[in-house]
Amino acid sequence: MKKLNSLKHVVVSFAVLILLWQLLFSVSHFNEALFPSPLKAFRALIEMIGDGSLFRHIGTSMYRFAAGYISAIVIAVLLGLLLGWFSKAFQYINPIVQLLRPISPTAWMPFIVLWFGIGDIPAIVIIFIAGFFPVLLSTVAAVGNIDPIYFKVSKNFGIRQPELMWKIIFPAAFPQIANGIHLALGTSWIFLVAGEMVGAQSGLGYLIIDARNNLRTDILLATIVVIGLIGLLLDGLLKILEKQIMKAWGGGTA
Amino acid sequence: MSLIEAEKAEKIFHQNGKEFTAFTDISLKIEKGEFICLLGPSGCGKSTLLNAMAGFDPVTSGSIKIDGKEVKEPSVKYVTIFQNYGLLPWRTVQKNVELGLEQNQKLSKQERQEIAEKYIELVGLSNFRKHHPKQLSGGMQQRVSIARALAVDPEIVFMDEPFGALDAITRMKLQDDILKISRTEKKTIIFVTHDIEEAVYLADRIVILTPNPGKLKCVYEVPLKGYRERTSGDFLQVRDKIFELFNMKPENKIEYVI
Repeated sequence: MKKLNSLKHVVVSFAVLILLWQLLFSVSHFNEALFPSPLKAFRALIEMIGDGSLFRHIGTSMYRFAAGYISAIVIAVLLGLLLGWFSKAFQYINPIVQLLRPISPTAWMPFIVLWFGIGDIPAIVIIFIAGFFPVLLSTVAAVGNIDPIYFKVSKNFGIRQPELMWKIIFPAAFPQIANGIHLALGTSWIFLVAGEMVGAQSGLGYLIIDARNNLRTDILLATIVVIGLIGLLLDGLLKILEKQIMKAWGGGTA
Repeated sequence: MSLIEAEKAEKIFHQNGKEFTAFTDISLKIEKGEFICLLGPSGCGKSTLLNAMAGFDPVTSGSIKIDGKEVKEPSVKYVTIFQNYGLLPWRTVQKNVELGLEQNQKLSKQERQEIAEKYIELVGLSNFRKHHPKQLSGGMQQRVSIARALAVDPEIVFMDEPFGALDAITRMKLQDDILKISRTEKKTIIFVTHDIEEAVYLADRIVILTPNPGKLKCVYEVPLKGYRERTSGDFLQVRDKIFELFNMKPENKIEYVI
């Protein structure tokens, strides 16, 4: 019932938005070259689906996203666990992290293109940078927040490193790490488009640039909507995954 | 030689350049198989003393020896049970109880499971083996942590106000259980509490501590043997005696004499 209700909210809100938008075009003489009507954008979408280009570009983008995002998570979690445990070392590394963190990943783009050329790698690197810092910092913080009683119990039963890491520290920190992973999903997805706009000849970001160059605002808008929908879908999938994992974790945060 | 020997044990903390004495000049001998309660108001250093005996936070001067050896760090031979259980929420009851056994390389997976099952049964939770701690009540969670402690077959069980967070009825039930277990499993139990009645109900000897700084007032041998009736005259008399030792008994209790 609750699900049905929220579905109702989604349907109504989108229906009203599209209706108002189409209505504005019907009553005014707005130039469709500047901003397309929903109908025109929808036709462009159908066209892209029909010639197969849309799914080709989505496939390319998803591959880059998965490569960048997953490698960012794996490396950031491993590094975060280590730095969280060796907190003295982190005190020296933290200033550097704090300096790098607020820099938009796209600022590195000229360097990245210089080193890796154009293609899959620049987009992957951008996504990696975008996802890396939130996961790293949340992992370090999560390790620092572990209830000391877990360490007392481990010490009592003679559990030492490296066992301590995967038996106690990682699972105890996991709920908070999961928050960082979730946060990173959004940031990474945003920077996928940015990465592909500059450093690629394919993918959703490239589609945007290509549409701009050809003055196809309808394709442009259709692509934007697709990017939003996929982002929403990824977020939903991660939420389901999170719920499943939390269930195995004994429900809720520790 | 006694199992546990404390000699002029003292613990001083340094905090913001200030010294704080948690307890001082505590000399004490505890024999194998005894049920000892450390009793006192908050600030008497009873939990700190327990932590020192269990090896989490050794004394700063004097000594505490177990089996003749100075206590420097925790050991699987002396397991501590905490007030907030210390269960791992991501593990099932079964897996929590197996935790301490996993360090023992000599045990096969099957043996580990069997030992865990035996102790889960001992605390009466056989039907909850697959549950996670969060799905259990506080009393049941503390039973799991008792099973986990007993599973590694320790010589001594340290208990730090283990029933402090439980409601009165659950607490009494668990007191009965721990008494029964201490007799059948023949463990030495050191039990910290601030509840006089709890101490009288459980202990062979009560170590009475006074605060600021924590000092040993006396060691009181409970004259009641075996099972104790909480409402019996003897029980109340012993309880009164402890009240007196804490100078908490009103002077003129008798309003009239027949």
